[in-house]
Amino acid sequence: MSDHAQHAHDDGHHDEAHDGVSEIHVSLKGYMTGFAAAAFLTILPFWLVMSGAFSKTGPADAFILLFAAVQIVVHMVYFLHLNAKSEGGWNMLALVFTIVLVVITLSGSIWIMFHLNSNMLPSMMPNPQNLP
Amino acid sequence: MSDMTMTVNGGNGGEAALSFHVTEDHHPENATLFGFWMYLMSDCLIFACLFATYGVLGREYAGGPSAAQVLELPIVAVNTTLLLLSSITYGFSVLEMQQNRRGPMMAWLIVTWFLGAGFIALELTEFAHLVSIGAGPQRSAFLSSFFGLVGTHGLHVTCGLIWMIVLLVQVGKKGLTAANKRRLMCLSMFWHFLDVVWVGVFSFVYLMGVLT
Repeated sequence: MSDHAQHAHDDGHHDEAHDGVSEIHVSLKGYMTGFAAAAFLTILPFWLVMSGAFSKTGPADAFILLFAAVQIVVHMVYFLHLNAKSEGGWNMLALVFTIVLVVITLSGSIWIMFHLNSNMLPSMMPNPQNLP
Repeated sequence: MSDMTMTVNGGNGGEAALSFHVTEDHHPENATLFGFWMYLMSDCLIFACLFATYGVLGREYAGGPSAAQVLELPIVAVNTTLLLLSSITYGFSVLEMQQNRRGPMMAWLIVTWFLGAGFIALELTEFAHLVSIGAGPQRSAFLSSFFGLVGTHGLHVTCGLIWMIVLLVQVGKKGLTAANKRRLMCLSMFWHFLDVVWVGVFSFVYLMGVLT
């Protein structure tokens, strides 16, 4: 196929209707909403940590992870344009499966590895100051 | 979507009752975007492994510096701002692409490139500083997993920057063809995905690391 023919072929609007690109609905409002939400969810935890408002205790970690989780959802919806109907729902299905694997990998690793310490023989115990 | 379903149903006509496949299901003729989504999901698993490694080893300092001692939040705050801004400028680029305005689209992509390049430059400066004070990846398990996780993300951003240059050349030479629009949407997904990973990095590694 010559270069010219390729160009003419690609320019056709008939192709664009079925390539999936034109089915993605983007809008300035959507991007600005997502950006405002993401900026807020970024600045707040940074400010809380850098100003020293958070003490070095448990709830601070939980708050940071909560902000991160909400911000990831915001990015997925407003920037990655994910919804239950994109690609006939297969995008969402793949994402849910991935999240399941990610949660198993993360929580499983941390759970098992931190219990490993207490299951060791006393002579093999690491330096206590390195324990979490 | 609806007109395609109509065509398929109309084509089958009276034989539709005998067909054993679901004709109403929507299949885009070009599955590139879905395929790229599958790549991003598998990439997500790579990062999950690196996050898990960091989660397990992140507090094994081996007598070396701790996260609170070596990580500097002001640099990370600037880096996060750069990456977040680059996400919205890429969004503006996609909006211009949808309007078939090549000039503004390329201009926003160039702005995105410089924001991404600024991110990489700052990150490399941070890495060089860490190595110079003896906190390189070989110092402790914490620093190995830190460089592994943050470095892999930086490598992805670098690949995204190279990809951006390639697309700028392609759009500059061939214009906003259907193929180029598809590539721009793939890079859009890649770029926003890296921002999602960075949200995990600055929360889990930097903010929580400084607190401990």
